[in-house]
Amino acid sequence: MTVEGLSASYGPVRALDDVSFTVEEGSITAVLGANGAGKTTLLRTITGLVPATGGTAMFRGVDLASRPPEEVVRAGVAHVPEGRGVVQELTVEENLRLGGSFRRDRDGTRAAIGEVYEMFPPLAERRRRSTFTLSGGERQMLAIGRALVARPEVLLLDEPSLGLAPRVTTQIMALLRTLVAERNLTVLLVEQNARGALSIADRAVVLVLGRVALQGPAAQVASDENLRHHYLGY
Amino acid sequence: MRLFIDYTLSGVSSGMIYAAVALGLVLIWRSTRILNFAQGGMAMITTYIASALLEHSVGYWAAFAVALLAGLALGAATERLLIRPVEGRSPVDAVIVAIGFLIFLEALAGAIWGASPRGFPAPFSQVDYLVGGRAIAFTPFDLFVVLAVLALMGVMLLLFRFTEVGLRMRASAFAPEVARLLGVRVNRMLTLGWALATMAGALAGLFVAPAVFLSPNYMDSILIYGFTAAIVGGLESPLGSLVGGLVIGLAISYVGGYLGSAFEGAGALGLLVVVLMVRPSGLFSRVQARRV
Amino acid sequence: MRAARRLGALLRWPSQPLLRHLAFAVLAGIACYGLSVSVSDFANSEIATVALFAVAIAGLSMLTGGTGQLSLGHGALMAVGAYAYAELELHNPHVPLSVGLLVAVGAAAVAGGVLGVAAARLRGPYLAGVTLALALVAPQLADHFFNSDQGIPVGLTPPASVESNHWLAWIALTCALVIFVLLANLRRSRFYRSFTAVRDDEIAASLAGISVARTQILAFVLSAACAGLAGALLAIADLGATSGLFPLTLSVQLVAGMVIGGIGSLVGAVWGAVLVVYIPIWLDDIVNSPSSTLAANLPQAVFGLLIVLVILLVPGGIQGALRRGITVARGRIARAGKPGRAPTTSPGAGDTVTEVASMDGG
Repeated sequence: MTVEGLSASYGPVRALDDVSFTVEEGSITAVLGANGAGKTTLLRTITGLVPATGGTAMFRGVDLASRPPEEVVRAGVAHVPEGRGVVQELTVEENLRLGGSFRRDRDGTRAAIGEVYEMFPPLAERRRRSTFTLSGGERQMLAIGRALVARPEVLLLDEPSLGLAPRVTTQIMALLRTLVAERNLTVLLVEQNARGALSIADRAVVLVLGRVALQGPAAQVASDENLRHHYLGY
Repeated sequence: MRLFIDYTLSGVSSGMIYAAVALGLVLIWRSTRILNFAQGGMAMITTYIASALLEHSVGYWAAFAVALLAGLALGAATERLLIRPVEGRSPVDAVIVAIGFLIFLEALAGAIWGASPRGFPAPFSQVDYLVGGRAIAFTPFDLFVVLAVLALMGVMLLLFRFTEVGLRMRASAFAPEVARLLGVRVNRMLTLGWALATMAGALAGLFVAPAVFLSPNYMDSILIYGFTAAIVGGLESPLGSLVGGLVIGLAISYVGGYLGSAFEGAGALGLLVVVLMVRPSGLFSRVQARRV
Repeated sequence: MRAARRLGALLRWPSQPLLRHLAFAVLAGIACYGLSVSVSDFANSEIATVALFAVAIAGLSMLTGGTGQLSLGHGALMAVGAYAYAELELHNPHVPLSVGLLVAVGAAAVAGGVLGVAAARLRGPYLAGVTLALALVAPQLADHFFNSDQGIPVGLTPPASVESNHWLAWIALTCALVIFVLLANLRRSRFYRSFTAVRDDEIAASLAGISVARTQILAFVLSAACAGLAGALLAIADLGATSGLFPLTLSVQLVAGMVIGGIGSLVGAVWGAVLVVYIPIWLDDIVNSPSSTLAANLPQAVFGLLIVLVILLVPGGIQGALRRGITVARGRIARAGKPGRAPTTSPGAGDTVTEVASMDGG
């Protein structure tokens, strides 16, 4: 996926300013930066929740940013939003079914749901229960699982580690790494937790006040103490 | 005692009608967070359409079906044209649009069909059943009403619980943004919600007309009763509208019977105020009151 | 030179709001008096009706434009004022007009207070529903408690040599001017700012020390008082308080007048009142068959259509559109008057086109 010159505003505030970067197929790209740097806005603009004031987000010849959000998953891009977006009023199973509801292929969806249950046994145990009782980590699993039911090629994740215990975060990160390896998934990962993200990412893009401050191989960014200190706070 | 039984029975049958109106209001509220004050007016229009067909020698059941279909169409069109533009704005705007639409519809009906009340047939006998040789305040038509509304509720329940469309509609109501990201065409679901709701209203309109006679304003107080029923039942669940409808139906029946029909409206208003004072978001609602 | 300047200061428009409003009211009063004596007797009753509707709509507009609460039942509050006045006159025939009007205002204010207490607990659509129910129920209750649909007769005794409709118009206009001066001052006061603070963000307002409930109740009392006054005037104009004067459509007409004229705007209330009274009359003239069902229903259809169109397309109503037009025009004039600057085709820095939100105004 190629993002070029993407800009977006909230009223008079320029949240994104001419952001450009490329995401390679089958890789994990981490988008990092402080609070308010525009990371969430980036994902929301890519998937059309926020109207772009300029630029494009091309994937397989389609400019995602100019399409309505409901078309984006049909193009093969699944967005797990900030806060996970688990629909509380629905059961675990219903949330998963929702992930595949845009497709006519009922059997394919059911198979995909089965795979998700295999991947996440705690979800299988609670399939008919309300999502109320899920822990944070389980909710994240549900959100990711739901996105996977759509069989996407690209997965956009907004701060999956938010509110999760460190151990659970590590598990999630490892899971992402596995998914990429097994399914040739492409992941665009927005994270506040830079260290965790960099540990699994191939490339890193750092946003400062809506602009790309730097981008490069993740290992490079992780090992450069100056960079880390200046932009990522550790 | 006999009066009590009679009031109870008629309260149940009219309560079912209020439940149908309440169901429509709840469907729309759940999907678009708007209270559709034009619900009664739209039901009135669909009933007039049926009446016009009957005048042209169309059979009752055909006219019945057309009225329901007209409800679907009218609801969808209203959402698309009138409500979509105000969906994101202050809720007061939507209320005003609905009120404007309501009085427009009433004037339209008056212009086309005149203001004098006209009769409307019931598909079944309106003669009281005899139980043990005595007449009770329940007729075959009342029985049909009860069964029809229960069937409507049942269909809605099945639709929401067990179908993909129902799932998508619920998701669109609970979490529209997330639903969009999952590929749900939320706008279409909202339109569908309005279509179904107006169809429920159309059903209620057809059931009210035989007793009260058809006129441009005949659904005004029914709307208020249905609104009260929806509030009492909590605006979140179809089951609530059923319960709310029965509660209101019974309450109004008792008030009207024991105190006189002039007080029916006041009784409904009183009940509405009491319920809202106690629980500003209705009895069944799971939403907690916002506390600072 | 100094004398000329002093004279100029005297003739200049006073800068203090109260004086400005009074000056405006005096001018308007003179203009209206002139209008009244130069038109027919019947036209005077129309003027009176416009004046009383302006009062009611202005009161409602202060409520909805202020605290953002929509009431669909102000017709019922008008009825309270009307019946209070009529009952008073029935039992005390020699009570002066102004006292009767004050009683009507007081009774309606009390009713408004009661309604306001309920309203303070309710969110927008719920409140709308309750007030709608009230509007429907009020005529029935009035019928029941006050002499069925015969109502209570009310008399009007103009001083000698003054025609009764002229007298009615002067009374109504005086009331309207008084109310408008009071409301105009209110608009500029901290009092009204607490209204809009509550409307915009209840939590912030209460954190700033404003009692949300009390503000909402006061707003209701205020608008009810206006409605009560208008109701009493209506009873006087109609020579009696009958339930037929206060159907549901009356409440809807008030809302229509408020919306079309511009929510929250006093001038808008005047536009609204004029339209509410005159649209039926104009339509009657256009459609020349007085007995057809079309003619009977056309005014209501037009109102309904206008309400919907205004909210969808021109949320600020007539006054909002006018204000926007004036601001744009002012901007153009300002830019044109600056020599050497190329005229721009898009709004430049000099433009202050304000976004009129649906509830904004004033």
